[in-house]
Amino acid sequence: MSTDLKEALFGYTLRLGDTSLVLGHRLSEWCGHAPELEEDIALTNVALDLVGHARMLLTYAGELEGKGRDEDRLAYRRDVFDYRNHLLVEQPNRDFGHTIVRQFLHDAWAVELYERLCASTDTTLAGIAAKAVKEVRYHVRHSGDWLVRLGDGTDVSHAKVADALGRLWPYTGEMFERDEAEQALVAAGIVPDPADLKAAWTARVEAVLEDATLDRPADGWMQKGGRRGEHSEHLGYLLAEMQFLPRAYPDATW
Amino acid sequence: MPDAAGCWGPEPGADAVVKAAWDALAGVMDPEIPVLSIVDLGIVRAVSADADGRLAVALTPTYSGCPATGVIVLEAETALARAGLDARVSVVIAPPWTTDWISDTGREKLAEVGIVPPPHSGKRSLTAPDEVIACPRCGSTDTRQISRFGSTACKALHACNACLEPFDVFKCH
Repeated sequence: MSTDLKEALFGYTLRLGDTSLVLGHRLSEWCGHAPELEEDIALTNVALDLVGHARMLLTYAGELEGKGRDEDRLAYRRDVFDYRNHLLVEQPNRDFGHTIVRQFLHDAWAVELYERLCASTDTTLAGIAAKAVKEVRYHVRHSGDWLVRLGDGTDVSHAKVADALGRLWPYTGEMFERDEAEQALVAAGIVPDPADLKAAWTARVEAVLEDATLDRPADGWMQKGGRRGEHSEHLGYLLAEMQFLPRAYPDATW
Repeated sequence: MPDAAGCWGPEPGADAVVKAAWDALAGVMDPEIPVLSIVDLGIVRAVSADADGRLAVALTPTYSGCPATGVIVLEAETALARAGLDARVSVVIAPPWTTDWISDTGREKLAEVGIVPPPHSGKRSLTAPDEVIACPRCGSTDTRQISRFGSTACKALHACNACLEPFDVFKCH
């Protein structure tokens, strides 16, 4: 692999790893606070899967970078500006409906992405995707079913998820952004074309929104910046909590 | 590959040291479902020996985030060392683990402790929502899913409408 391509793949893997890690951490904040025990367990199980994906992806990113950074170093020793996750996943949990909308918009993207990444010409990435896709298929069914239940539920639940959908929609455009580096990865058959991904994601999302009696928001202004390290104010607080221990006790080991 | 009885183990004609390693690993129990050995669970992917008899053991995680993976590696290393074997244990992720690799003995053991074993998947990777699941206690097929996510990453929680008992179902994966 050429140096440029390797660097592009490092960036891609890091973005995907950071996105999984940040969303996994967000979901773990529900531990002990979910509206019912079953959902407490469900959200934290999904969190566990996502942190597992992040570990595989960040380990691989560290190998591609070749500077000796392992998964922990990447997760715990980078500040906000070095994180490359989607802005969508750092948005706070707010209420359960808001969490479900955020999760569904992400899951629908993740399942389409990993299904395509299974065919990547990069065997490591294909191996991670084959592992992750089985779990993500389960996640998208769970978040999709809840979205239908809440959207097609009471007036209150409908209003809450409709509000969340409007609030979160402007963060979805970023998932399909592509730059020159990513274009080279597409050309090499390493990653799928974001345009294909967007069409598949849109079809999946629209079908569930219809069942949920929710209107698809119009594509207006889209918030971007995650891939350049320009984040909302929420990520700093999340990292402060997640990174507290290794920052306070840098040499601590289990 | 598994033998006719669906049990994992050394290939016929494997070295004595490889056979000894499989025997040692068959004594390592899954920390979260301790009726199953890691061999029953199908997470021992390969055991090979080099010319000097040094062993390489490959394990695979069930779920990506399974918190038991670290403990399982440690326990496998301990069991191999106790058996006097010189082995290096590594974790591989491809091909991804599937519940189809749970041995027939493992399925029987799960059923004995009231955990519904996973159906063979064919091409599916999930339990179909309309799947008929029989209660492991009374046998009634009048059951319902309480939660998709259960006490461990690999299980879902169901309940029986006839005898009212809740029970775990190993998710088809």
